[in-house]
Amino acid sequence: MFSPSHFTAVLLFALFASTVFGITQRETPQRMFRYGLYCFSLFVGSAIVMSWVMYLIAR
Amino acid sequence: MAEAENRTTAAKTGAQDGFVFLPLIAGWLVPGAGHFILRKWGRGTLLAISIVCMFALGLAMQGRLYANAHDILEMLGLLGDLGSGLLYIAGRAMGLGSDSVQLTVADWGTRFIVVAGLLNIISAVDAHNIRTGRKL
Repeated sequence: MFSPSHFTAVLLFALFASTVFGITQRETPQRMFRYGLYCFSLFVGSAIVMSWVMYLIAR
Repeated sequence: MAEAENRTTAAKTGAQDGFVFLPLIAGWLVPGAGHFILRKWGRGTLLAISIVCMFALGLAMQGRLYANAHDILEMLGLLGDLGSGLLYIAGRAMGLGSDSVQLTVADWGTRFIVVAGLLNIISAVDAHNIRTGRKL
C-alpha cells in the first residue's frame, strides 16, 4: 500500500491536476507551462494557507 | 485575424474528414488517445501519464471504485469514476478498489480516482476542441 504524507499527497495531486489544466486551458507550449506552474503554485499555496488557518482555529 | 481564419479553416477541414467525435470518445476510453489520434504526441503523452498515474496512485492508496449509486454523493462519485473510461472498467473487472477501507489515506485515494476521471473528461473535451478547430 502506498501511504504518502498529507503534503506529499498534495504535491502529487497538484502536479497531475496542473499538468492537465496547463495543457487543456492554453494553446502554446510556453503558455501551457506558465499556466501549469501557476495552477501548481495556487494548489500548493492554498493548501498551506488553509492548513495554517485550520491550525489556528483549532488552538 | 489570421488566427481566426486558421481556426475557421481547421474547423472546415475537420468537419469534412472522418468521424468528428472520434477523438472525444477515444480520449474518454483511453487517457491521451484523443490527442494521439490528432498527432499531438507530446500533449497526449503528458495527459496519459498524469491521468493514469493519478488513477493508479488512487488504487495504490486503497481508494474505492464506486460501484453503485445509493445516494447523491455516491452517484457523483460514480460519474467521476466513469470519466476514466477503460481504466475504471478494467479496475472493476480485476476487483480493484472494491474494499471499503477506513483510513485517511484510502479516502484520499478515492478522491484521486474521482479526480483522475474528471481530468480525463477535460482532456477528452480538449481533444474534441482541437478536432473541431476551436483550439489549436
